Amino acid sequence: MKKFLTNRDFILFAIIMIGLVAVGFANPLFVTPSSISDVLTDTSILIILALSQMIVILIRAIDLSVASNLALSGMLISLLSTVHPELPVYYFIALSCVIGTVLGVLNGVSIAILKVPFIVTTLGTLSIYRGLIYFVSDGKQVYSNEFSKDFLALIHYKFLSLSFLFWLAVAVFIIIYILLNHTRFGRNLYSLGGNPDAAKYIGINENKYIILAYSISGFFAGLCGYLWVARYSVASTQIAIGFELTVISACVVGGISVMGGVGTVLGCVLGALLIGLIRNALPAVDISQFWQLAISGAIILIAIIINTKTEQRKEKTIMVEN
Amino acid sequence: MSMIPEKPPFKLLDILYKKEFILFVVLVSILIINSNISPYFLDLYNLIDSTFLFSEKAIIALTMTFVIIARQIDLSVASIIAVSSCVLGYTTSLGYDTWLVISLTLLSGGICGAFNGAIITKFAIPSIIVTIGTMSLFRGLAYSFLEDSYYNKFPKLVSNLGGGYLFGYIPYAFLTFIILAIIFAFILHKTSVGKKIYSIGNNPDAAQYTGIAVDKYTFVLFTLNGLFSALAAIFLSGRLSSVRPNIAFGWELEIITMVVLGGVYIYGGSGSILGVVISIFILGMLSFGLGLLNVPGVGIIIFTGLLLILSIGFPSFIQTLRRKNE
Repeated sequence: MKKFLTNRDFILFAIIMIGLVAVGFANPLFVTPSSISDVLTDTSILIILALSQMIVILIRAIDLSVASNLALSGMLISLLSTVHPELPVYYFIALSCVIGTVLGVLNGVSIAILKVPFIVTTLGTLSIYRGLIYFVSDGKQVYSNEFSKDFLALIHYKFLSLSFLFWLAVAVFIIIYILLNHTRFGRNLYSLGGNPDAAKYIGINENKYIILAYSISGFFAGLCGYLWVARYSVASTQIAIGFELTVISACVVGGISVMGGVGTVLGCVLGALLIGLIRNALPAVDISQFWQLAISGAIILIAIIINTKTEQRKEKTIMVEN
Repeated sequence: MSMIPEKPPFKLLDILYKKEFILFVVLVSILIINSNISPYFLDLYNLIDSTFLFSEKAIIALTMTFVIIARQIDLSVASIIAVSSCVLGYTTSLGYDTWLVISLTLLSGGICGAFNGAIITKFAIPSIIVTIGTMSLFRGLAYSFLEDSYYNKFPKLVSNLGGGYLFGYIPYAFLTFIILAIIFAFILHKTSVGKKIYSIGNNPDAAQYTGIAVDKYTFVLFTLNGLFSALAAIFLSGRLSSVRPNIAFGWELEIITMVVLGGVYIYGGSGSILGVVISIFILGMLSFGLGLLNVPGVGIIIFTGLLLILSIGFPSFIQTLRRKNE
């Protein structure tokens, strides 16, 4: 029981519940089922991206290019839909995922094959991908009336009065949970992040996993490219700008260690939910939107400090006599 | 037992393999190409004015060079500019004396940098994640303070510094950069402080064992980086004569590009001020030339990103190929 109470994920869950109650007292309208369902819908994209970012962070890297990747994939399929509105929506989703994956593979190849450090690579592609949006769109926007009906309809589909987006996030959660906890791929990711040298000695191909991790991150960024454009019914050069920081803060709050190899899938989702709750609750308790950025920055710092303080992970060093 | 010479014997050919030499060749070819493409490029006044495009970033690039050589990174510099510019505008609006305004602006930058340094050293957290946090914290503070308003009144001295020339020819910002570059090159390459920074970057643990106060150095370097961001903020605000919370957005990337393209290894331990200065001129002349050709700013962003990745990726790729051949 005590172990359960000191469990990080449980504490995070408790904080979310307490926050929900506190906001509820200040503004009862915020805790109605429909409002909470809105918060969940609003947080779904963040959950999906945080889960895929987690895979990258587990191997001691970061993907700063996700938001630009999302925006570029979203813009490309939006432009296509204005030219070919007759294509089925599944075609656009698949295409968006493919574009995202390609952009992710480029990151991975640059890091694994060209040996450009991840921070340099993803900072570089952050601006390259964002810059390419201007080129393909000429700086123009695609507005809601230019999309086909099908393109926008899927996102408004509801099941058990919860949105398509939410159910998609649940599906991604289950997939990533199984991937990380019940496959060899997941175990190898954790060991690569925990101790890259040891992992290499037991024959884990580091380059392969780097490229795979970035491809997965790119795949979901591409998927979210469609989701984002369809949800907000607009594609512009500015969409999701700076969102990579929100995604990383969700992971950090969720207890994914930037030192690699530590973190749970559930924690990651809870981290995203807490950030989503805060983003949605600020207007409900009359805090100006201008404070949002400062508050997310403060949350990242507090979370990272708590993480480092409580991380009981002892370095397992084996003395080798030469 | 044979003596190991302190310095390897000088060979003319060795210069050819130096990073700084390669960078210099790139710079000269850019100058030649630019002057062939556009007749306006080699105009002395145009060239002098083009330094306004990069001098402020270049000032921060100098301290960033120290930070990166010491195996750290600071992504919050552009946000510190936003904070310091707000302090500059606010203290001016209160009617403070010019020197007090400038001191408080510099102080605000120093405090932001010290805040970074304190968290990084006190809690032993990687600087990349700390400065990702303070990047949004500082920028967010500027937003919550200014909201959608702006400052457009600054002391006369600040406006003069930002847009003025010494003797009518040399922009103050550029002059400041050149003087600072000489001082920084001296500190890094000729003093024991510089040697210690290199050894911290090469191996922080070993540096600690040899008695270097690694945490103290790290703290001071981040504080300096904040201080110089505030200095850049003074020049920038004076030049733009209007401060909004989104000022200098995305500059951290351009500044890091300047440093890394200049041959400073992103994981610390090697690099030189000369290389960084040449790379600053390369990037400056490149964007000036592309601007003359009416290439939009976005083109320059893509180009900078590509240059950043290829400048590291290409040499290491060649190296891998060579090793395979051997």
